Amino acid sequence: MQTVVIDPVTRIEGHSKITIQLDDHGMVQDAHFHVTQFRGFEKLCEGRPFYEMPALMARICGICPVSHLIASAKACDAILAVRIPETAEKLRRIMNLAQIVQSHALSFFHLSSPDFLLGMDSDPAKRNIFGVAAHSPEMSRDGVRLRKFGQEIIELLGGKRIHPAWVVPGGVSEPLKVEYRDKILKSIPEAKDIVFRTLAWFKRQLESFREEIRTFANFPSLFMALTKEDGNLAFYKGWLRLVDADGEVVQDHVDPADYQEYIGEAVEPWSYLKSPYYKPLGYPKGMYRVGPLARLNMAKRCGTPLADQELAEFRELERRFVLSSFYYHYARLIEALFAIERIEAYLEEPEILGKHVRAYAGPNNYNGVGVAEAPRGTLIHNYRIDESGLITHANLIIATGHNNLAMNRGVLQVAKHFIKGRTIPEGMLNRVEAVIRCYDPCLSCSTHALGQMRLHLELRDAGGTVLSEVKR
Amino acid sequence: MSPAVEIKTLQIDGKDVGARADQTILEVARENGIDIPTLCHLDGLGDVGACRLCLVEVKGSNKLLPACVTRVQEGMEVTAHSPRLESLRKIIVEMLFSERNHVCSVCVSNGHCELQALAASLGITHVRVPYLNPKLQVDATNRRFVIDHNRCVLCSRCVRVCDEIEGAHTWDHFGRGIDCRVITDLNQPWGNSDSCTGCGKCVHVCPTGALVEKGRAAGEMRKRQQFLPYLTLMREGRQ
Repeated sequence: MQTVVIDPVTRIEGHSKITIQLDDHGMVQDAHFHVTQFRGFEKLCEGRPFYEMPALMARICGICPVSHLIASAKACDAILAVRIPETAEKLRRIMNLAQIVQSHALSFFHLSSPDFLLGMDSDPAKRNIFGVAAHSPEMSRDGVRLRKFGQEIIELLGGKRIHPAWVVPGGVSEPLKVEYRDKILKSIPEAKDIVFRTLAWFKRQLESFREEIRTFANFPSLFMALTKEDGNLAFYKGWLRLVDADGEVVQDHVDPADYQEYIGEAVEPWSYLKSPYYKPLGYPKGMYRVGPLARLNMAKRCGTPLADQELAEFRELERRFVLSSFYYHYARLIEALFAIERIEAYLEEPEILGKHVRAYAGPNNYNGVGVAEAPRGTLIHNYRIDESGLITHANLIIATGHNNLAMNRGVLQVAKHFIKGRTIPEGMLNRVEAVIRCYDPCLSCSTHALGQMRLHLELRDAGGTVLSEVKR
Repeated sequence: MSPAVEIKTLQIDGKDVGARADQTILEVARENGIDIPTLCHLDGLGDVGACRLCLVEVKGSNKLLPACVTRVQEGMEVTAHSPRLESLRKIIVEMLFSERNHVCSVCVSNGHCELQALAASLGITHVRVPYLNPKLQVDATNRRFVIDHNRCVLCSRCVRVCDEIEGAHTWDHFGRGIDCRVITDLNQPWGNSDSCTGCGKCVHVCPTGALVEKGRAAGEMRKRQQFLPYLTLMREGRQ
């Protein structure tokens, strides 16, 4: 028996490795995606005042701090037992959507486009954003510009691009200035153009990735996402819904505060990342996927005209649900389009300039749950406090965590398809990584951990001896 | 006030300056545009020389003297800035950082903190002594205010303002050396304090995020200290 280890996995956010077990005939027997970093935010926030949580939790991640700010602030709103002012809610929504755009741009252009543009088998030394810039300067510029669009909105609203402390329990700390609103509105047409261009280009590429589409975590599973009352795409507020691979609703209208009744968290000794599962089906059968693919599969409509046109086309990909995780990339572009349209719509409402943006209260509930859709999927923050408002317990379930079981399953599927025998071409290993990249995992978030982007792959024989190794 | 004011002349950093006999080196230096860093000193409160940041060299003395509690003398030659003093001041501030858990990025006083500003002005980029990472409690029992011992530098401003200005003497010190803490009443939870009037002066004189108003999010706690000298004047019956 041999083991192939990819360590660290590259072009993802965080620190991980992949091991692939081969049997005596060199065929893939099992595969695991290991998250090798640990941070322990749930522990270190104990004893801190609850209203410090949004800023503290935002530090979990430098890419999606806004998601943590939103989920954390919502959990604090629940502790305060307030309904935040309407303007504040809309401003938070804009920031959340801006982050969806910038994070999706990062995932699509900076991390994954090298595979699409240069090919899965291209020279690994050039298979990165610099290679993209050399091959197609327009495309890399589009990626940078689209990310900048989102980041600038975050900065204009919150004062800085990363970890803006502007989202606070009870609302936001400052109203929106009229000149900032106008500045954002001016940047919208370019952002839309970029997404349109990229969507058109990506759709043309799909034909050359038939094999990847067929094998990249392409299996039936449950899907989970927040949905609005009318069944449309939700990012900020809604009910949790679980749907099976045939589109049948398995669980609907789950109040996010009751997440623990439906979601269990399993721990495996080989990873710091917990494996959440749908409780009624048990572990590991209760595997489900979250994120762009889950959201688009589940949404009745996006709710904005351009994104809805694209969604209609997306639906044509499969007879029922779109099951291949390769399409996460596609879904990301559609969501980016939706986010841009929605930001524009919010900014055009006169109330967006309202000055009443914060509700004040003391701790009125001892328990608070905040759930929002992060770029990578459903994000859950849950805090318990003592009577003076100090945190006694915190539980976080991060989007990447929800996808853990599906990522492992995906790695196994890809490995089985592409890896045969003792010598493994580099391009095949890249595909094993690429299936992980589909989910755009954020491992620092998911383990609430500290680390850097690396990849390590080992091939071991039956005795455990390392036969070959790829390290980056 | 004595009608005949006695005047002393001295030198600070080579500059000839004149001062009243009852003035401290710190007061005279600041009057003459010579900045000496301080942390425990606050205009309007009595000085205790606790933080040692204002240490200066005085010719003829082999000891360093705290400028905030050293009176001027005729012919004194004071050095307020020298490589030796700069290096000592740096290490004092680094040790303050290492002694408790000061995490600026998520602190409610981020951007409005005297310790943070001091570190920046001294050019501190690293802390060269090991962090002690003590396990310290937050007391949030008071309805309006919070004391977070993780961020306390033991400057004793809260103790002094409560005693000298408010007259309540709720705050005091407890323990010695590394175990020293500020306490309310006889080490009771702040929320149970009988003596605390809830005036909030301690919060506003605190140089860091140790004493703060409840419910302030990161970076939101701004302190107002300008009122202090006026309060002192009014309470002494002088206009």
